[in-house]
Amino acid sequence: MHNFDFKKPSSVTELTAMMTSYGRNARLLAGGTDLIVGMRSGNLRPAVVIDAKKIPTMVEIQLEKDGLTLGAATSCRRIWENRQVANMYPALIDSASLIGGTSIQGRASVGGNLCNASPSADSVPTLIVMRAVATIVSSRGTRTLPVKDFCLGPRKNVLADDELLLQLHLPPPPKHSGGAFNRFIPRNEMDIAVVNAAAEVELDSSHTRFVDVRIAIGAVAPTPLFVSEAGNAIKNKPVNRETIDHAGDIAMSCAKPISDLRGTADQRRDLTRIMTIRALERAVRRAGGTVTDD
Amino acid sequence: MKHAEGQIDFKVIGTTPERPDGIEKVTGRARFADDIYLPRMLFGKILRSPHAHAIIKNIDTSKARALPGVHGVLTGGDFPQLESTVIPHGGASTIDIRDLAENCIARDKTLYDGHAVAAAVADNYHIAEQALELIEVDYEILEPVLEIEDALKDDAPVLHETFSPGRFILQTEKSHSNAGSFKLKLGDADRAFQNADHVLEENFQTRCLHQGYIEPHSVTVEWSHNDIMSVWTSTQGHFAIREQLAFILRHPLNKVKVTPMEIGGGFGGKDQVYIEPIAAMFAKKTGRPVKIAMSRADMLRGTGPSPGANIRVKLAAKKDGTLLGADLTLAYEAGAYPGGPVTSAALQATARYNIPDQQILGHDVLLNKPKMKQYRAPGGLPVNFAMESMLDILARKLELDPLELRLTNAMVTGDRMITGIPCQKIGGKELLKAVQTHPHFTSPLTGRNPGRGLAYAMWFGAGMTSSAVLTANPDGSVKLSVGTPDLSGTRMTLAMQAAEALGIAVSSISVSIPDTDSIAFSFMAVGSRTTHSTGLAVYEAAQQLLRQMTERAALYWDVDETDVTFSDGVFNHQKDSTLTLTFTEMAHLLEKLGGPITVQSSVTPKSNGAQLTAHLVDIDVDTETGKIEIQRYTAFQDVGKAIHPDYVSGQMQGGVAQGVGWALSEAYQYDEAGHLLNTTLLDYRMPTSLDLPDIETVILETPNPNHPFGVRGVGESSIMPPAGALANALYDAVGIRMTALPMTPGAVLEKLKKKQRGS
Amino acid sequence: MTDYSTRITTVINGQEETFFCEPRESLLEILRDRLQLTGTKEGCNDGNCGACIVILDGVSVNSCCVLGVEAENASIETIEGLADGDSLHPLQQAFIRETALQCGYCTPGLLMAAKDLLAHEPLPSNERIRLWLANNLCRCTGYTRIIKAVAQAAKELHQKP
Repeated sequence: MHNFDFKKPSSVTELTAMMTSYGRNARLLAGGTDLIVGMRSGNLRPAVVIDAKKIPTMVEIQLEKDGLTLGAATSCRRIWENRQVANMYPALIDSASLIGGTSIQGRASVGGNLCNASPSADSVPTLIVMRAVATIVSSRGTRTLPVKDFCLGPRKNVLADDELLLQLHLPPPPKHSGGAFNRFIPRNEMDIAVVNAAAEVELDSSHTRFVDVRIAIGAVAPTPLFVSEAGNAIKNKPVNRETIDHAGDIAMSCAKPISDLRGTADQRRDLTRIMTIRALERAVRRAGGTVTDD
Repeated sequence: MKHAEGQIDFKVIGTTPERPDGIEKVTGRARFADDIYLPRMLFGKILRSPHAHAIIKNIDTSKARALPGVHGVLTGGDFPQLESTVIPHGGASTIDIRDLAENCIARDKTLYDGHAVAAAVADNYHIAEQALELIEVDYEILEPVLEIEDALKDDAPVLHETFSPGRFILQTEKSHSNAGSFKLKLGDADRAFQNADHVLEENFQTRCLHQGYIEPHSVTVEWSHNDIMSVWTSTQGHFAIREQLAFILRHPLNKVKVTPMEIGGGFGGKDQVYIEPIAAMFAKKTGRPVKIAMSRADMLRGTGPSPGANIRVKLAAKKDGTLLGADLTLAYEAGAYPGGPVTSAALQATARYNIPDQQILGHDVLLNKPKMKQYRAPGGLPVNFAMESMLDILARKLELDPLELRLTNAMVTGDRMITGIPCQKIGGKELLKAVQTHPHFTSPLTGRNPGRGLAYAMWFGAGMTSSAVLTANPDGSVKLSVGTPDLSGTRMTLAMQAAEALGIAVSSISVSIPDTDSIAFSFMAVGSRTTHSTGLAVYEAAQQLLRQMTERAALYWDVDETDVTFSDGVFNHQKDSTLTLTFTEMAHLLEKLGGPITVQSSVTPKSNGAQLTAHLVDIDVDTETGKIEIQRYTAFQDVGKAIHPDYVSGQMQGGVAQGVGWALSEAYQYDEAGHLLNTTLLDYRMPTSLDLPDIETVILETPNPNHPFGVRGVGESSIMPPAGALANALYDAVGIRMTALPMTPGAVLEKLKKKQRGS
Repeated sequence: MTDYSTRITTVINGQEETFFCEPRESLLEILRDRLQLTGTKEGCNDGNCGACIVILDGVSVNSCCVLGVEAENASIETIEGLADGDSLHPLQQAFIRETALQCGYCTPGLLMAAKDLLAHEPLPSNERIRLWLANNLCRCTGYTRIIKAVAQAAKELHQKP
């Protein structure tokens, strides 16, 4: 590995000052499961590595009436260990407990997963369907951005050289709603997703009709995709097999997969449909509904 | 556990004492090769070619040498130039030492992505790595050849203008610019096909993959002033390492001392040098100890994976299912240098079935991938996958039960194998009947798309030379030293055999595996040979020890030696029943009677008895994704005699897990230019704990008549059946016949879709 | 030449340790090469095999994906601290008893991961054990005996007063 300077700021102000001063010569260290591996392989060569974990805001979990606020460097494990968060945001727990494996989750962060902007990132489809908002800071100020607009391409995000992701905010889930994330991997653990999908559904009070549906798919385009067409197509429709399959078909048609060492384009297209359908089924169950076959 | 008839009840054998190295291993104190730290040690890293096939035009190491903290840089030209020299490599096998040397560091050509071309040694690994980045290599890239079919074309790129055709057990002859071939025949296969009611033919493909041992290769070498090269390394055979180093560096054998450290898995991949010559050369040049360890990517790219294969099977059968003939063509990847395990694959391809007329044509095919090696049962899984799939295809065609079909054709003692040699005592039918009567066989299947599959396999392990030294100490303790490294617990199974022979408690025996200076030559821990063949050396040494102690007892009692006998752990006088001494009491007296006794035995048996195994597996198939979930797995194996039943069971379970990975998820993926794409354990997918169910094991015992305790080798055959069993289960579940490995979800899904479309 | 050497104080297995290292050295390298705590192993150096697992501030992590400099003021548990002097931890005893190891190379990482599990979930199901340990690759045993050993140790720990 190349040599680098290591900094441990203890406040956001200190951190943003460093980001301004170092710009693209610096990388933030959260869990390190991507950064350290990338540095070891020689792909990443920052002159400065800044540990974000000493700053309370960056590692906090706050659950309030207005929703969930997660520090960007909070580890997946702390997220899924939090019972209240797990009860309110099960889809987030799906993601957090699937990234990598237990010892990876002890370090890897949802914020880091988002910033890496891998097309197959396991947290991003979930954040998208849950209407997550990113809080971005720099010494020039603060801005917010829906997560669905955060990734620009493989390993490219909207952050300017002096900016960092501070927090993610998830609004409280609507009544009669449920969310789910799932992914397809060749083994049963540890792999990068061949395809992944997240769904959040809001049902009517009888749990038999979709009021609002949000679907996002990953690993089938340069960024995770929010497929509004698929969700919109089944709004106000009855909760049944036909409707869910229809959403799956539309999601499949929006996918733009490539063939690579993890899967072929054809396989990914088929899986997009299946993963979407299964995410919807689980989301419906969590919302209190059942999928009938009429 | 079933005992064969006439079985003695042993005192130690068949029990389950705790292994002595268990505590060391669960506390982290056991010393593996990388746990060596010597004063003033330096650290080396190796630069590997990024091209599958290239000529090295020039290497400029000047910038690397100038980097502060770097103590040396080497290229192939710094090593002795060797002539092509074929040397024995255990039993009938040979290797060309020049191939081995050039595999460790290239001279003029690089033959695969990952082939070592240069190396640097420095104060620490980070500086050594930075030095590698400063080495400038000028390559002329040549067209690579990556597939067997392409390598065998007339206009294929040629790897070696001349080469010594490989000899892994059997000799091959050069048959093509990129291949060595051999043929095996029994009877007249053509006649069998003419007389058959049914002829079936199918082609199968498998891909190359790695043994996947969790411990990376690591070596430390110290070169002393009086020219003694001391080596600490992770190896299955320290005598082989010694010999190879001596040859490659042109150094006398008596000045190379190799110490085998605890080894974290080998499975056939750690029986030759890779990084040792480079470490040794650095140690010589710097005068300081040098450590080199391989990264995971280094290992996947630059050690000895197990070959992929194209296999054609043709079977001739009567309508009642009796096999009349078999005609197989096995084309296995040899990789960059000849001598892959296609030969051993051929020897066991049909062994376990009585087929009177057979022929097998085998090709050892050179191509631009690492030199291929054995991975438990060398070459065995691909051809077992092919044959066991064919047996199932035949069963379904004739509407016969797959297990009954195997029973009809199972080889029994005396049937001839393809070598013409009659099979020694085996319990094949008994094994298959044990499967048939096991509850798993008739239990109901559960799941959405469930299926059940079976496969049957036989493997012959190695005999080879083993040495054992036994010392009876005056305090009653016994030291056993053996020359065969312990991969998974054989120091206990050997101690148990000694204890049984000597009539003492196994806890009074301490076992060590000394360095090459301190014990006589022993062949490596391969071929399932240790418990059996090294066990024979141990048994032999125990007999010698008892003879000498009998002499001492006679001396002590002042009687004729011929009147003293030993049985059940006690020395007796045949005529005077008041004269008895236990082994331990006798040992206590040794000091007075001439001092401690040390005996040595070197034994070279022919083979270690056939290992028969059958696996039964239940799966559930997700037809929307192609994913196979294994729900239940039972492995049956006839081990002759289970010295330590828990270790035997563990060997079986380990083989199953490896075979499952081979069948479902593991394969090297190359791009068109021959770059290995999956160089991390993220994308080289080995089974995790979540990918397997509890693996049940059933141990049977048909004693091997050639071993005093009936032992057969156990380590290898269990890797073979999983692929065939899973393929057969898949057919049972969803009616698709996979003829290629691995059966990944993508491959299964594609086949399912084809079937739905009706093509 | 820049001097990147940093002084770090940390607690390992209850003992305070001080060492110098460069930021580019991983915690795994520190443990093995600087502190000679060689029980923790390298298997892949990129978080995909679990051989290097240690417990960092109460959580099992791959030490190859932690920088040595992050150990400052942290509390680390390695395999060397699992036994209490001569007294083996129930997990260690269970592993030996159940033959849950063959070559033993993956064993330290496995034991630390299992310790973390049992500290947080007293009686995990077999499925849960398999999921938790999915990050720990073993090539020798096929996992069956490992799962059994962890389940047994769990029962034993649960029964202790």
